[in-house]
Amino acid sequence: MDNRQKEINDLKDYKYGFSTDIENIQAPKGLNEDVIKFISNIKKEPSWMLDFRLKAFERFKVLKEPDWQKPKFSKIDYQDLYYYSAPKSMKDKPKSLDELDPKLLETYKKLGIPLQEQARLNGIAVDAVFDSVSVATTFKDELTKQGIIFCPISEAIQNHPELVKKYLGSVIPTSDHFFATLNSAVFTDGSFVYIPEGVRCPMELSTYFRINASNTGQFERTLIIADKGSYVSYLEGCTAPMRDENQLHAANVELIALDDAEIKYSTVQNWYPGDKDGKGGIYNFVTKRGLCKGKNSKISWTQVETGSAITWKYPSCILKGDNSVGEFYSIAITNNYQKADTGTKMIHLGKNTKSKIISKGISAGSSDMTYRGLVDISSKAKNSTNYTQCDSLLMGNKCGAHTVPYIKNKNSESNIAHEATTSKISEEQLHYCQQRGLNPEEAVGLIVNGFCKEVLQQLPMEFAVEAQKLVGISLEGSVG
Amino acid sequence: MREQLQKDFNNSIKNLGLSQKDIEIKKFCLDNFIDKGFPNRKEEDWKFSDLNQIIKNNIGELSFYNDQASTNKVDTSVFVDGLEHNKIVFINGRIEKIDFEYEKKDQIEIIDQSETINEFKNSNSLSDLNNAFTNKCFKILVKKGYQLIKPLIIYHTTNSKIWSKNINLRLNFELDKDSSLRLIDLFNDTSEKNFLNIFYNFELKENAVLKNYKVDKFENKNIKYSFNNIDQDKNSISETFILSSGSNFSKNEINCNLNGVYASAFVNGVFSLNNDKHHEIRSIINHLNENTKSYQLIKSVLDESSKAVYQGKIFVNSDAQKTDGYQLSKAILLNKESEFNAKPELEIYADDVKCSHGSASGSLNEDSIFYLMSRGLSYQQSRELLINGFLLDVVEKITDSEIKNLIKNMIGIKE
Repeated sequence: MDNRQKEINDLKDYKYGFSTDIENIQAPKGLNEDVIKFISNIKKEPSWMLDFRLKAFERFKVLKEPDWQKPKFSKIDYQDLYYYSAPKSMKDKPKSLDELDPKLLETYKKLGIPLQEQARLNGIAVDAVFDSVSVATTFKDELTKQGIIFCPISEAIQNHPELVKKYLGSVIPTSDHFFATLNSAVFTDGSFVYIPEGVRCPMELSTYFRINASNTGQFERTLIIADKGSYVSYLEGCTAPMRDENQLHAANVELIALDDAEIKYSTVQNWYPGDKDGKGGIYNFVTKRGLCKGKNSKISWTQVETGSAITWKYPSCILKGDNSVGEFYSIAITNNYQKADTGTKMIHLGKNTKSKIISKGISAGSSDMTYRGLVDISSKAKNSTNYTQCDSLLMGNKCGAHTVPYIKNKNSESNIAHEATTSKISEEQLHYCQQRGLNPEEAVGLIVNGFCKEVLQQLPMEFAVEAQKLVGISLEGSVG
Repeated sequence: MREQLQKDFNNSIKNLGLSQKDIEIKKFCLDNFIDKGFPNRKEEDWKFSDLNQIIKNNIGELSFYNDQASTNKVDTSVFVDGLEHNKIVFINGRIEKIDFEYEKKDQIEIIDQSETINEFKNSNSLSDLNNAFTNKCFKILVKKGYQLIKPLIIYHTTNSKIWSKNINLRLNFELDKDSSLRLIDLFNDTSEKNFLNIFYNFELKENAVLKNYKVDKFENKNIKYSFNNIDQDKNSISETFILSSGSNFSKNEINCNLNGVYASAFVNGVFSLNNDKHHEIRSIINHLNENTKSYQLIKSVLDESSKAVYQGKIFVNSDAQKTDGYQLSKAILLNKESEFNAKPELEIYADDVKCSHGSASGSLNEDSIFYLMSRGLSYQQSRELLINGFLLDVVEKITDSEIKNLIKNMIGIKE
């Protein structure tokens, strides 16, 4: 019994809440042109990249922070943040993992992401991002053999400028909304993936984001390009230490799928959600957008959102190519004082385009959850279809669950179907499970996992197991 | 517009004989309106219908002063045949007739409430415009236990003798305990390009039943806005049916507060549009107490370059356990120029609830047409039959059989 209790207690706590004591190089506090030049300089960027940043910053200066979202937050002082923070040992980039600061290796080991070769058996190539820099990328050689480029975006800017120049900002331009523009101005690192024509990426690519330094905003930029007929599955995971203040995370992710290409993007987001009284936690304001540029292309987003004090993001698909397909599978779980406003946008521009949205929201404690989505079928998108299903589950009467879909149909040959339900776990189901020997928490875990099954199935195997556990942990303490 | 508003406002309050205080209040409302102007797409509720732009494009400059001293001739030919009914007649915004000939006189009270200002929750700058310019407002009180024998038809008529480009109307209803009222709003416009701004306020006491049918059938070039606020006490029932078809632009808003336990609200609507028309229904059902129920069904048939918008919101307060909320909107787009936008919204703070919504839009089902044609119908006949059946579904939801038949005849739907 004691053991079991201990196990539960261990699970209840946010086990990634430690911070690593490591020497940092930081940009001066605040946001101005000098800081942007500092970032650009320390990354040894070419001048076109600096111009890109400065153009975004010009635009950022005239933008106002949006306030239409459901979860309100106290004003962020953008001048009180560090926009660049990197472990000192990374200043002169280590050539191999052996040169990497042992403290960093230790950190990732603790997070369950072993970077050393001998520990890597699961066949996933990992790019580990620590605060503002990418510290290690694994399996690089094997991927290079196939012509796949998988490296930190700062390296790609130097080694593959033609690709970066062509595609960076093509889906999320520098003239986009507030947080995306901020990111364009100050982004620090992130992953770059290029899959050449006709190549099916042999392993899962993955990025692991970690915020460590305090008072730091993390602004990564991910750019994935799948050339004609290629396929890639990409995973993203994130954690942060427990801190009392709120930390901002404003990333941009751009996906581009050319003719017949497919990108599968999965996220398990487990940023520090704040404590039981809603103190601290990450503000996760991320812009994710995919462009199905070519014919028959496909982009699929899968997300499991369990962490963050506030999650505010809408991974979207622009279905430009004829016959292209966009999919969105989401589980969002909020507990305690967490808030989420998440969903997707499906913009149908090409003919015969199809999109599917499955969203499952679970709110418990005093949390608040909103699904907000847009389905827009333009007048040219003949014969397109959309199917949307969003279900919400409420646990307790202090939480809220909201659904705000925007549905626009401008084409008479296209069909849209939308369904949404909100309910609670039925007493009968709970009773049935308990009667067969499960305790109330296990019963809820089982039912919730069943509720989320459609989405969990979409995750790659290794992630599915983790996500399933995460679903259970996130709801600990919400029953009874 | 500012000078015009000021000038017309001064003209219209001149002859009303209001106290200084009332004038102040009206002036305050006017200033509010001048401040905010007509709603535009920057406001979330007007995202799909930019009224400011629509008025600019269709009417241009508005004028607001209506001389209420001269009476209009009541044209009896617009009255509904074959159904005995009570009447209220508005002509060009002026109340010409209130006639409850079939009812017990002592059971209905008509109270002049011209001095009071309505404060609508969840409303917009148009209520300020309405408050500033309405000069006669009556409250119709149905007394305890009285159920009107015949329905009440409100005729909204405009004709070429209209004074200005804008008409503001206001009516209040109170249904006391155990009373009931059947109310039909019938629009009959022959004027061109006016903006009609109508506010109704309903107060339903315990066990009261309100059935409101709004019929905008006749082709006209006007722009209409109508706002119904319904407050419901324990066990009360409200049923609203909207036929949205005739006007150039129309927006119906229903704001329903289910304050008492077991109160229920039903909103059913039909859009039947063609020819560049742009119509919207926006409903907000606030479930504020336990065991309340709401049901909404909206169907649209959109031809030519018409556009329909449905924004429906179900709000469930944390006290409103055991709420049952349902909402369904379906649209058939007949032409490639037509457009359907929907925003079915759920905002829920209680856990023991059953809330769902559905929305579907698309073309006529080719398989169904094929089925009918293979049985000998022409393409046109099959199409009509399918549309007929599609809309009949909503009309069948009307609980009053007398009125159901009337409406069926009016819009030519066969069983």
